[in-house]
Amino acid sequence: MSATRPLHLAAEIGGPPRYDAASHTALARLAEQGALDFVTLNDSFARPGPDALAVLARVAPATTRIGLVPTVTTTHTEPFHVSSAVATLDWVSGGRAGWHADVSTTEAEARLFGRRGAAPADALWQEAGEAADVASRLWDSWEDDAEIRDVSTGRFIDRDKLHYVDFEGSTFSVRGPAIVPRPPQGRPVTVIDGTSGPARKAAARYADVVYVRATSPEQASALRDDVRGLAAAHGRDPDTLRVLVALTVDLGDAETAPEPGLESGPQLAGRGTYFRGGPVDLAELVTQWHRGGAVDGFHLTPLAPERDLERIVNGTVALLQHRSLFRTFHPGGTLREHLGLTRPANRYALARTSGGTA
Amino acid sequence: MTKQMHLAAHFPGVNSTTVWADPRSRSQIDFASFEQLARTAERGKFDFFFLAEGLRLREHNGLIHDLDVVGRPESLTVLNALAAVTDRLGLAATVNATFNEPYELARRLATLDHLSEGRAAWNVVTSSDAFTGENFRRGGYLDRSDRYTRAAEFVATARELWDSWTPDGTSRPFAHSGQHFQVSGEFTVPRSPQGHPVVIQAGDSGEGREFAASAADVIFTRHGTLEAGRIFYADVKARLAKYGRQPDDLKIMPGVTVVIGDTDAEAQQNAAEIRRLQVSPQNAILALEQVWGRDLSSYDPDGPLPDIDPDPGSRLSQGRAGLADPLVRAAEWRALSAAKGLSIRQTVIETTTRQSFIGSPQTVAAELETFVSTGAADGFILVPHLTPGGLDPFVDRVVPLLQERGAFRSEYAGSTLRSHLGLAEPVWKG
Repeated sequence: MSATRPLHLAAEIGGPPRYDAASHTALARLAEQGALDFVTLNDSFARPGPDALAVLARVAPATTRIGLVPTVTTTHTEPFHVSSAVATLDWVSGGRAGWHADVSTTEAEARLFGRRGAAPADALWQEAGEAADVASRLWDSWEDDAEIRDVSTGRFIDRDKLHYVDFEGSTFSVRGPAIVPRPPQGRPVTVIDGTSGPARKAAARYADVVYVRATSPEQASALRDDVRGLAAAHGRDPDTLRVLVALTVDLGDAETAPEPGLESGPQLAGRGTYFRGGPVDLAELVTQWHRGGAVDGFHLTPLAPERDLERIVNGTVALLQHRSLFRTFHPGGTLREHLGLTRPANRYALARTSGGTA
Repeated sequence: MTKQMHLAAHFPGVNSTTVWADPRSRSQIDFASFEQLARTAERGKFDFFFLAEGLRLREHNGLIHDLDVVGRPESLTVLNALAAVTDRLGLAATVNATFNEPYELARRLATLDHLSEGRAAWNVVTSSDAFTGENFRRGGYLDRSDRYTRAAEFVATARELWDSWTPDGTSRPFAHSGQHFQVSGEFTVPRSPQGHPVVIQAGDSGEGREFAASAADVIFTRHGTLEAGRIFYADVKARLAKYGRQPDDLKIMPGVTVVIGDTDAEAQQNAAEIRRLQVSPQNAILALEQVWGRDLSSYDPDGPLPDIDPDPGSRLSQGRAGLADPLVRAAEWRALSAAKGLSIRQTVIETTTRQSFIGSPQTVAAELETFVSTGAADGFILVPHLTPGGLDPFVDRVVPLLQERGAFRSEYAGSTLRSHLGLAEPVWKG
């Protein structure tokens, strides 16, 4: 079973800050040529860079299949606006949107807004989880067939198919319904980096895709089991999660010979795991870890995107495709389809038709 | 030389101007609809494309309003996508100053300006109602007088952020300490191609005019008639001097609707038909309830007006601008209905806003030019009634006449929205 589990690959296209559309579009198209599941664009109020969701909205009409996953922070933003923007990214991309939920931990970021001080990670991740929860509810707050355009009664919508979410979180409340009708994917894909404890808790409860950091297949497998176990404890089916190993990759000058230590896995560097070697070596690592069933896939952050993403697509991915370990084209149109995740049923529609409450 | 007019297009909105029941009406949410309208506007060499904003669905009598278009995408995200399929067209987003914070919004606007290579505009609106606030952290009620002080300080703070990088690309720390905002740090986005995105102000009140005179580049006004337009235009332009600004520094653009026919008579028939579609029987009762402040659902839209009087203290409708004194309005409607023998629906059609410009292409072009040449407007924001084809008749038939008359550009001269509008690049205040 584990040997046949599909491999999922994603790549970060950020790097040194760039503010033009062309460079981001070129990288997203390159990733699309490699049939990757999605590209990510990191974002933070703490360092220079454009608004990532805006950049990927700009990229959307210039691409056709690749998933688009900007980082969106939840600490100093409005959950209602966040849900609207992500839903709109899904509309303009025809169902290819996700969002990487993250928090703003520093006092410097707090001063940019002047509304509240910095808070501990536990509290910020509880809030981030609530932001993900309310976004998911807002995306469900319109049933798919709410727009009826019934000329005989003069009604554009059936308002019985629109729902107040009446969400009460620890730091905010939202009445609803959403302004944006239910997006093409039903719910855009939620990604959380589960490296830290508080983030992993939120990820297990609310994320569709979870990143973990590991230096060996055994460690990756244990982390995956942990996330899946936590998800199951929240009543979720663990098979609705995709656990990806986050890896920073430097495909610089090393042609074939990896740095010492590859055989025991990539080396830890800073916050994440760091791989240095050639494209073929990276393919070997992906193959070994995936064959063993340790992971669902990888999220690769190229050290130098212009150089390394080209090598990933034309080297690593091409080899994986040659070995029939990775798709050669996108059979589906939406990010959920790439990830093998079903379009979620609408909780309010279920509640209404079964007579229960959501 | 003939004075040049400016033209903008408004995506059909969530009100009864938009006719969704027409068989030609397509999705109000699919990107293809936005793309088609924006491409049409760019084909017509328009200055900019304009998107409104929704933060809470309208309610009537405690229920979500269901008779007009409901729902829309988030403006800035759509405009970033439209930047990929247009080259010259300005891209204007309506974003509320009450339910946002300067740092994040200034960053999003500067990003749009970068990604569109200098085509971003921000239509600043304010809100004070607790009804909308129920969707936001801020919540609650902002006193009406505070709305504009907050908006003015918001715009000023955004401009400080846009000025915080030097023109040669060096980031420098900023600090702002005012009544509404105390913020400091570093902005993450370099100075954008326009220096500052264009600022549009919508609102006709005294405070709104003063705010626009002090801080806006464009006013989006409702004064669509020639007389009202001239008075408004003179009033606003006269306010500029005390802020050290020239009359041309602020463009006055009324939102207008246009109906064209081969002849003036045919255009009048088309206009009457569109009005009939805009005021459906159900919308006629709704309009009546909004004046009367009462549940009148049992009344026949083809029958007479109610005998009972309005409830002046009613809060029946939520999420839309308030109306004038309902007792006065009801008396006017009754007088009109009695004089002409009109039903409820006919009365609503007669009394609610009809189209601004109705006629043959020649007639409409001449009238638009008169508005601009006689000081009633610097240009117009067209509000089509159909998505996505509603702009085609104007672009195909009126724009060429305006171009022949030398009243409107035949090609874009520059690449930025500021260049289309004839606005100077803002001086960097380091």
